[in-house]
Amino acid sequence: MRKGGAWWAWLTFAIGATYFLVPLIATLEFSMRQRNNPVFSLFGQGYSFGVFNNVFGDPRFQQTFTYSVLAAIFTILLGVLIVVPTAYWVRLRMPYLRPVIEFVTLLPLVIPAIVIVFGYIRMYGSNSMLPFLGTTGGTNVLLVIGYAVLSLPYMYRAVDTGLRTVDVPTLTEAAQILGAGWTTIIARVILPNVLIAVLSGAFLTFAIVIGEFTMASLLNRPAFGPYMQNLGANRAYEPAALAIIAFALTWGCMAMIQFLSRYAPRSANRPN
Amino acid sequence: MTEQTNVATMATPAVSKTRLPTQWLGVTPFFLFAVLFLVLPTMYLIIGAFQNSDGQFTLANIRQLFLDPSIRASYWVSIKISFWSAVLGALVGLAIALAIVRGGLPNWVRSATMTFSGVASNFAGVPLAFAFISTLGRLGLVTIILRDVFGLNLYTTGFNLLSSYGLILVYLYFQIPLMVVIITPALDGLRKEWGEAAATLGATPWQFWRMVLIPVLWPSFLGTVILLFANAFGAIATAYAFTGSSLNIVPILLYAQIRGDVLNDPHLGYALAFGMIFITGVANTFYIWFRTRSERWLK
Repeated sequence: MRKGGAWWAWLTFAIGATYFLVPLIATLEFSMRQRNNPVFSLFGQGYSFGVFNNVFGDPRFQQTFTYSVLAAIFTILLGVLIVVPTAYWVRLRMPYLRPVIEFVTLLPLVIPAIVIVFGYIRMYGSNSMLPFLGTTGGTNVLLVIGYAVLSLPYMYRAVDTGLRTVDVPTLTEAAQILGAGWTTIIARVILPNVLIAVLSGAFLTFAIVIGEFTMASLLNRPAFGPYMQNLGANRAYEPAALAIIAFALTWGCMAMIQFLSRYAPRSANRPN
Repeated sequence: MTEQTNVATMATPAVSKTRLPTQWLGVTPFFLFAVLFLVLPTMYLIIGAFQNSDGQFTLANIRQLFLDPSIRASYWVSIKISFWSAVLGALVGLAIALAIVRGGLPNWVRSATMTFSGVASNFAGVPLAFAFISTLGRLGLVTIILRDVFGLNLYTTGFNLLSSYGLILVYLYFQIPLMVVIITPALDGLRKEWGEAAATLGATPWQFWRMVLIPVLWPSFLGTVILLFANAFGAIATAYAFTGSSLNIVPILLYAQIRGDVLNDPHLGYALAFGMIFITGVANTFYIWFRTRSERWLK
């Protein structure tokens, strides 16, 4: 290996970079094409940022985006509520259950989202035992539940990795000596210790939920994903602007995860 | 120390054989959640796939998956798209991973590639379709540059972005980075000593590749190809935003079926969903099998 890199490595990198960067550049260019009131022009084509104003100013954008942000927040809360106590308890008392739990959390990667939501629609209709789909509020709850299922593999893995760096039995004993109950232990001892892991899982969940299309569309909820799809079918330049916004959002979430990982503890002070 | 242990034993009373298994209470919410919102809905569809409209057991729905020409075609198109996007994505991803791990590129290239791969592997769905329409659609930047600068009109050469080939090209945008993210750690696990050992024994670089590296990497490579396959097979949002319902792939057919029973037979719809679970399930079983095999050398 020569210093500075082999030629084939640079060539591979250059080809890869071209394939990945050209669509981003093209999308940005497309979104800025504007016949009216161009701010500047290149090669005879006028450009402006006007379309971003159109997108951000569209009340439908604001409503659906807010809806999806709220859905993401509730999904994260539900995910934390289910995953943190379970992962903690399994590590403390039932380590033999770990393979089972891991298998279950990986199932959402095996069963496509469209199949899961199909099952919901058939099982939780207004005439069923649990008529989630009978009311708007119930449908919203079911959507959040569905999103929590989709994010289960990522959330569980993040929290479980975080717990690996925590001396769970000692912390539990110490808290119990001081008279803490299970809720206090989980909320005030365990959760702060795995907060960085939880936040990484949360940002990944956010990235998945914010533009999710399949579940929201089939449950007829006014979320950001179906809005984007609808706009794509009816407008020319706005979809490109939305793609740029969505890419920036994904980038932001991943950047947060990388940033947080710098503060994550590497190992437990004492082995579990 | 002894004091602490004593208190701890007092706080968690010794488990006797007659005690109720209260520790199961701790995992009840999780299993309740998983059963209600993951297992039961899936089982509902699977059971429905093997029933007729009177609730009796039948294999007719499954047989119909193979007999109905439009369903058969949709599975075939889905499998083709998933297969090629997985194989091409894995090969290109492997090439990029090899370049950044073994190509001696500066450090910033590696960290930039890894960061970007993390983002791009999660950049799927509706916006991805828009990005490629802006690039290679009839008015896309690349189409226009090829036409105006190079005098090449893509759309008279028979090129059509809104086709299976176009969709493969789009899927590569998340398949390649996913391969990079998964296979780079495996490449990092290749020991430098193996190369030195092979060289000491007089192996040529080609022999080293053929007899050491490829056999060691093979299970992780194959496993990841299968994972990419399952990843593409279940995806719908990109394809739907891309072509609407004009492209006949299984998830889009299932979407139309859920929306409006286009097959005129709810149980055939369950069978369609069962077919998807079956294919992704088999794929994931192989993936897990290959992963356990690869861990033998790479851990």
